Amino acid sequence: MAAKPKLYYFPGRGRMESIRWLLAAAGVEFEEELFETREQYEKVQKDGRLLFGQVPLVEIDGMALTQTRAILSYLAAKYDFYGKDLKERVRIDMYTDGTLDLMFPIMASPFQPPKEKEEGLASAVKKAKTRYFPVYEKILKNHGEDFLVGNKFSWADIQLLEAILMVEEMNASVLSDFPLLKAFKARISSIPTIKKFLQPGSQRKQPPDSHYVELVKNILQI
Amino acid sequence: MAGKPKLHYFNGRGRMESIRWLLAAAGVEFEEKFLESAEDLDRLRNDGSLMFQQVPMVEIDGMKLVQTRAILNYIASKYNLYGKDVKERALIDMYIEGMTDLNEMILLLPLTPPDQKDAKVALIKERTTNRYFPAFEKVLKSHGQDYLVGNRLSRADIQLVELLYEVEEVDPSLIANFPLLKVTHGSLL
Repeated sequence: MAAKPKLYYFPGRGRMESIRWLLAAAGVEFEEELFETREQYEKVQKDGRLLFGQVPLVEIDGMALTQTRAILSYLAAKYDFYGKDLKERVRIDMYTDGTLDLMFPIMASPFQPPKEKEEGLASAVKKAKTRYFPVYEKILKNHGEDFLVGNKFSWADIQLLEAILMVEEMNASVLSDFPLLKAFKARISSIPTIKKFLQPGSQRKQPPDSHYVELVKNILQI
Repeated sequence: MAGKPKLHYFNGRGRMESIRWLLAAAGVEFEEKFLESAEDLDRLRNDGSLMFQQVPMVEIDGMKLVQTRAILNYIASKYNLYGKDVKERALIDMYIEGMTDLNEMILLLPLTPPDQKDAKVALIKERTTNRYFPAFEKVLKSHGQDYLVGNRLSRADIQLVELLYEVEEVDPSLIANFPLLKVTHGSLL
């Protein structure tokens, strides 16, 4: 019987959160080691499992996988969230990569000085409204289906839901001009595995607060 | 007969260069349309050719692909440079993501303000020497094979050669203590 995947990261969202979403969507139970001290982190670094000295690290199927996108692609393929052929896969890659481009500056913002942080978040909300969300609204409008690609739940849908919720935390009305995305959000949120992940008590992590930022800065010595 | 892929970008390396390397390594002839002005970019945006208003964009197999990684993944799969199964692909992805992180630092150097440049170059050298080159040297040493994954040429090897050339341009001495990487560098496919 296969062991559960094991995730190594700080006790917060960061770059690991999208991985947690994908595993949760697949209904896969996973374990976590959450670094509270520098010693814990150094121990993992020293025993050679971090190819580039960095987390996220996911131990799965006998591999020590690092690099967020490598992990996400592996999980998407393994749990059948990657389309039925190469043409569907390239669309999923385009959408998820675009969505991650939107999300990464938001993830980085808590670690920036106040002025850069504020500008970064404002820029992200603007990009969501003018560059990314219109694209997905149009895709849903053009095919009239429930999911972004191939009329089937995929990594693209999971990544987009995570992004929508992330932007909404900064600007609650961000979907006001996107009726199809509103319906999409409700629909994907009600998929049983997703619904479970969105409830209290799941392994979904909280938005970063000052305590989390201090902890990470301390551990990474930045 | 299918048309050649057509690449839309500025006349420079940037984020399109890895795509050029991969197509070239696969022996695929391609055309390029260089953006020479703001109007050129606007035109592409206005005719709906750029999904997220950005280049690179590659016209291939009836599609207008954007997002560098999506394009590279597609080309690598199509031309059989992406490993034999999902586990090999995971290793390839892990290696190329690390390469991309270092390549990104080098790629952005020309855009660095002059007063920050020295610090950025120092960081690139430090990361190359302490993080990235040791990782790839270790992989090659661990299996003793000529290629990074599966004893067969893949996009990981192509991207590594590209990276070694770029690092050499920053500082040719950085590769000095990495004998297996030197072999890769000299092997040019």
